Amino acid sequence: MKKTNEKREIRLSGTGGQGLILCALILAEAANLESKFVVQTQSYGPEARGGASRAEVIISDKPIDFLMVEEADIFLALSQEAYLKYSSNVKKNGIIVVDEEIDPAHYRTKVNAFPMMRTARDKLGSEIVANIVALGVLTSLGRLLPAASLEEALRIRIPHHLELNIKAFQNGWELGMERIAQGGVETV
Amino acid sequence: MSRRLMQGNEACAQGALRAGVNFFAGYPITPSTEIAEIMARKLPQKGGKFIQMEDEIASMAAVIGASLTGAKTLTATSGPGFSLKQENIGFALMTEIPCVIVNVQRLGPSTGAPTLPAQGDVLQTRWGTHGEHTIIVLSPASVEEAYYLIVTAFNFSEKLRTPVILLLDETIGHLRESVDLEKYREIRIVNRQLPRVSPEKYLPYAAEENEAPPMIPFGEGYRYHVTGLVHDETGFPCTGNNTAIEKLLRRLNGKIKAHLEEILLFRELLTEDAEYLIIAYGAVARSAAEAVKLARNEGVKAGLLQMQTLWPFDADFIYKKTSQKKTVFVPEMNLGQYAGEVRKAIGNTVPVIPIPQVDGMLIHPRKILAYLRGEEKYAQVF
Amino acid sequence: MPTSGVKKNMPKSFNVTKYLRMDKMPHIWCPGCGNGMVMSAFLRAVDTIKLNPDKTVVVSGIGCSSRITGYLDFNTLHTTHGRPLAFATGIKLANPSLEVIVITGDGDATAIGGNHFLHACRRNVNITTIVINNSIYGMTGGQYSPLTGKGEIASTAPYGNVEPKLEICKVAEAAGATYVARGATYQPVFLEDLIIGALENKGFSLLEVISQCPVYYGRLNKKGDAVEMLKWQKENTISIKAAAKRSPSALKGKILLGVLASSFRPEYTEEYAGIIEEAQRMKS
Repeated sequence: MKKTNEKREIRLSGTGGQGLILCALILAEAANLESKFVVQTQSYGPEARGGASRAEVIISDKPIDFLMVEEADIFLALSQEAYLKYSSNVKKNGIIVVDEEIDPAHYRTKVNAFPMMRTARDKLGSEIVANIVALGVLTSLGRLLPAASLEEALRIRIPHHLELNIKAFQNGWELGMERIAQGGVETV
Repeated sequence: MSRRLMQGNEACAQGALRAGVNFFAGYPITPSTEIAEIMARKLPQKGGKFIQMEDEIASMAAVIGASLTGAKTLTATSGPGFSLKQENIGFALMTEIPCVIVNVQRLGPSTGAPTLPAQGDVLQTRWGTHGEHTIIVLSPASVEEAYYLIVTAFNFSEKLRTPVILLLDETIGHLRESVDLEKYREIRIVNRQLPRVSPEKYLPYAAEENEAPPMIPFGEGYRYHVTGLVHDETGFPCTGNNTAIEKLLRRLNGKIKAHLEEILLFRELLTEDAEYLIIAYGAVARSAAEAVKLARNEGVKAGLLQMQTLWPFDADFIYKKTSQKKTVFVPEMNLGQYAGEVRKAIGNTVPVIPIPQVDGMLIHPRKILAYLRGEEKYAQVF
Repeated sequence: MPTSGVKKNMPKSFNVTKYLRMDKMPHIWCPGCGNGMVMSAFLRAVDTIKLNPDKTVVVSGIGCSSRITGYLDFNTLHTTHGRPLAFATGIKLANPSLEVIVITGDGDATAIGGNHFLHACRRNVNITTIVINNSIYGMTGGQYSPLTGKGEIASTAPYGNVEPKLEICKVAEAAGATYVARGATYQPVFLEDLIIGALENKGFSLLEVISQCPVYYGRLNKKGDAVEMLKWQKENTISIKAAAKRSPSALKGKILLGVLASSFRPEYTEEYAGIIEEAQRMKS
């Protein structure tokens, strides 16, 4: 658990229907379980499915005034459209996590590509849990919160289909830990 | 663990339940729908009633009707629906029927931008319905305030027999944050005053000076008349009696004005020694608080007066709070609606600088900071 | 159809004043107006079925007929234009033990209140609605309503009304009202029976009452005085029972009176009581 930074700003983006807001909600829930101050906001269009969607979480040891992420410490993009739309405003030394299926030709900065969609699809049998795989990746990679709190948050917020989601989270968490072990974490 | 993660709209619903709401009528609209959804689930669990009416007008009417039977009633909407509710909000004001209306503001006019925040309804909450009237409007800047202020809204509504509006913006409505509701365990809940006289002696609109009349639910043996027409103490029309008309309209204003001190809710951040005062409300107050801290770090003596009660507007209070300041800034997600009121209150004694924004985004603290530093100059809006 | 047990064509005699706020008299209605005749039939029905005024709420909207709530010694609510059914729905749902009656006019119920009308029928809330249809907006001085006939004259239709009439009984039936009837002021005893039927129906009841406005509708359309207008009613209406024995050609242009539709469907507040039970069962 990284203690140096008292305020962590996380921006999650993707396509409407990928569950980014749920992902943010679980992250916020876990932060609350850790007795942190936390705010979670979102920006979305009229589409219930499709369109670029963004959710933000700020985790802090102190009460939070401004509610929006100014410059993200951690930025996640699960779709190319979302990457292009929301990837500016990442802090220096911030971490960008993208899905490997985003065309590298579009990368504007150093990114950390992970097979999040592929893991969900091939290993877990459903692309629908890609958001939870991503949650695992970015929380481990960014050393955001302990895995136990995130798993507890999953229990609170997704009591149905819990097993699959825990598995998805653990797969993501391991992907992140492996990358750390390899010393391959890229920062902006 | 006492802190829990909650959404602003959910806090409205939970606070209303804490206040004892037992009837909700509404109509689906973004970004307030979560309130209706929670009510649909929770109210029948406690024997309360939820109904999705055919339109916004009908849902306003239904909550008034239900309140007349003794229920504590709530409706929730956003701009387009709030416009439609105005007719019956006026009816509730005139007939003194307690009810609470939540407006989660989105960007307008018209359909505007349903999922983007704005504060464009501030003057509409004050003057949305026709005719001379006085109304109470509360505005939270956090999820916890949404909880606390909706309980307060019910209390004012019951005590003063008047509709009360809780004005959120989309940011606060959809914001999730960790809240501690334990401290409200002992929160005071006010219920409407019942008459102490027998049915024969009951005058439904006879009240002490500057007070609300006691109210008995329909069906309790006190048969009386309720009308949107001007009426005297008996409740019957008095269109031909100018003295009685003025007495009624004066009392409807007076009952709120007389309790101004209790109604006027606000929070202050470093205002005491501030040379520059920011007056803000809703989500913008959060940006302003951050701007104050950033400014203080740079040696600029800024302070924040966060208005939780937007209306009634206490000009004397604002005058007192601002008279010693160098400049007053009013950031808001409109083109200067509240700034105009502030300027009206303090005249030319202290410059009032609006910080307007209508792009569907929350005002950034750095924008406010730029004004505090003097980098941004006042631009005439009108 | 339920009967009140009174002698045919003779309104029963009783002290109507016990149901009225006599200190509010005289009423504001013009000489010859049908509103008082409907009020009288309504009170006879109330007396016959022994409705308890303490437990009865009468709701009205805006217009001449909606002023009726000021005179009835019940729990009375004089609401905004077109909205009485929405207010009444709130009252009935919040306290189903109250008898809720809406008395409204043709403009109030079918123009500005048209949407509420449809949905009150559809929900089948136990509310009795009496629409006093005088074919005109009287309070504002004789403008055409959705129930003004095509070609008829109104202050806003000086060359004749171009709009067709709304068939509110058909609309009510289609929308789901479980008791739909039409009466006329010229038959006060029959009207009383229809009101009793409406009050006794457990569900949404719609009663249209053909009434007369000699001052605006009658004058503008040269229909004569109130007596002439009642004669017109007699000549142009036929009871649904009598109509059953006539050929279709003999019924051309005739307005049917009587119970036009009645059915059984679950009532809204009873259904909602089931929801409460279910919600509490699931919670525990």
